[in-house]
Amino acid sequence: MYSLLTGPVFYLSLGVCIIGMIVRFYQYFNGLSWQLDRVAYKEYPAMGFKGAVRSIYKWLIPYGTYGWRAQPVMAAAFFGFHVGAVLLPLFLIGHNVFLKEKLGFSLFFNLSTPVADYLSWIALISLFFLILRRLVLPEVRILTDRKDWGILLISMAPFITGMLARYQVGDYSFWLTAHILTGEIVLLAIPFTKLSHVFLFFASRAQLGMDFGIKRGGLKGSKMAW
Amino acid sequence: MPEGTLCNKKPVETAEGITTLLADQSGKTYYEEMKSLEVDSDLLWKTIQNTCKTRIRTWLEICAHCGMCADSCFLYLANDRDPKQVPAFKIQSTLGEIIKRKGKVDNKFMLHAMEVAWAQCTCCNRCGTYCPHGIDTGIMFGYLRGLLYQQGFVPWEMKIGAGMHRVYNAQMDITSEDYIDTFEWMVEEYEDDYPGLTVPVDVEDADIMYTVNAREAKHYPEDLAEAAILYHIAGEKWTVPSKGWELTSLAMFAGDWAACKMQVDSVYDAMERLRPKRMIGTECGHAHRATVVEGPYWAGRKSGRPPVESIHYIEWLAEALRTGKLKIDPAKRIKEPVTLQDSCNYVRNHGLRETAREIISYIVEPGYFIDMAPNKEHNFCCGGGGGFNGIGYFRKQRNIGLKVKRDQILATGAKLVISPCHNCWDAIRDLEEVYEIGIKWSFLKPLIIKMLIIPEHLRPEEE
Repeated sequence: MYSLLTGPVFYLSLGVCIIGMIVRFYQYFNGLSWQLDRVAYKEYPAMGFKGAVRSIYKWLIPYGTYGWRAQPVMAAAFFGFHVGAVLLPLFLIGHNVFLKEKLGFSLFFNLSTPVADYLSWIALISLFFLILRRLVLPEVRILTDRKDWGILLISMAPFITGMLARYQVGDYSFWLTAHILTGEIVLLAIPFTKLSHVFLFFASRAQLGMDFGIKRGGLKGSKMAW
Repeated sequence: MPEGTLCNKKPVETAEGITTLLADQSGKTYYEEMKSLEVDSDLLWKTIQNTCKTRIRTWLEICAHCGMCADSCFLYLANDRDPKQVPAFKIQSTLGEIIKRKGKVDNKFMLHAMEVAWAQCTCCNRCGTYCPHGIDTGIMFGYLRGLLYQQGFVPWEMKIGAGMHRVYNAQMDITSEDYIDTFEWMVEEYEDDYPGLTVPVDVEDADIMYTVNAREAKHYPEDLAEAAILYHIAGEKWTVPSKGWELTSLAMFAGDWAACKMQVDSVYDAMERLRPKRMIGTECGHAHRATVVEGPYWAGRKSGRPPVESIHYIEWLAEALRTGKLKIDPAKRIKEPVTLQDSCNYVRNHGLRETAREIISYIVEPGYFIDMAPNKEHNFCCGGGGGFNGIGYFRKQRNIGLKVKRDQILATGAKLVISPCHNCWDAIRDLEEVYEIGIKWSFLKPLIIKMLIIPEHLRPEEE
């Protein structure tokens, strides 16, 4: 099982994720239409680019936008979870060692163990708040459907199994295998579910950024105060 | 009865058609017929496949259902935080559902969708600026309105309004002759006070081509005179086109895209015919959005811009004050608490956040201007945008929607609300009527005229 998951299934899920998202990215930008969207994308590439970068960048900064500041608790939970969800899979030392072995390269740097531990705990606590929010707030509850819970479950699983393996609760090799499996489920799910936002967040934010950068004030010289 | 005689999928294209619809008081028969209007699911699905591309589909797909848009929506706030008013819910349960069911929705669903599209969203686009994913629900509601219009599920006044544009190239039944006559008559009325005041019609190569809101000609003709007076005093070389003078677009509110194109084409034709240096539109928000911001796309202009540089009235006014073309008598500046209503359509959606404030710096005694909170791009809709003001069928909902603006104004303590937008002006007038908070409201033109220093050579001769 372990060798299957770390061998063919790993290559398959990583391949599906990367190729899937390249396809989806291509489809997204190919499907933008200046006349239907009413944004002259190609006429003002520089303004569009600036608007897109600004729109992405501003929203990546904790409390960097009116939106984040309007909901400070949500913003804390959001960043608490997402910082871990992005950094841990990419830069955990164990992951990098694994990558080096499987693909012959590793990514830029390794998180030190205490940092990784902090990030993991913060992510888990944040997830708890995000779940609580979904259960308690009427404006979130009305939107929540089964798929949302499915996505939460899929995203939580690698964290929980990873932590159990990390602290060697019970059978280490069982949790490790479960961690690899749940991680690969995430990779497979990315192109086909809402998890596509991992990449499409950038596409969607870029589009709205171009809209403001070109049409809604950009050409007037005013930048949207996100 | 699949198609009614009044309520059907056909746009109104004749003056008789408009008269017939208007004769149906408050659209009583029209809405009765709508209850049995059939949905053409094949057409609906085909239209979606042809026009709903990756932007909207991705928005609907990646919406994280996080609810962060809730507080951004004034209608959610005005309706005591009713979860059914959360923007994401409103769009997912209408457009999202239509797409999920591949267009197979029934009459009841469409009636509900119509209410959501016109009475639960004013397309103010505020939620779009509060969504981490950059999902602009207002844009999607604009799109949904188009689908609903095509199927005949459109409020009575909107159907009439779109028809007016098709028949008269104006939002009201005013012909070119009526318009010019009214303008000339108003100018004559003020000629004694402003010697030499004229309305130059169809002058080629002028510096300014001025366009208006048809209701100015129909209901507020003083506004036309005021525009003429201000250009006259500023010494502008201006003109009005006898055709293509209407800046507004109820067709945009209705989602009648073909009529939107016809309307802006008429204005762009005037620009091409008269070759002015600039087009200046009156103090209206949606009209600016329709003709200057969205119009080029309906007209198929790849540049995304009208044929000549087109600016909002407040941009001209700010410039005229800045350059000294218009001079304010400091003694006559406003000396009472005053606030400003930012129009979503040209502030949030066209970046003119400082322009009106610059004007205020000239016309309000320092210390008397109090900004609303939030303001500028983050200001709330007046409560009556997107056609909401004009729909009798949804008047109750609109009046509830006004509460947020009412409270914003009350919090400033202002006695006067400057509102350089027809829709906002109407909404604020109505909120005073409904809630009686003791405020006045005004466009900029009449305020400025009262405090202008008139150059000696333009003054009437003393008798």
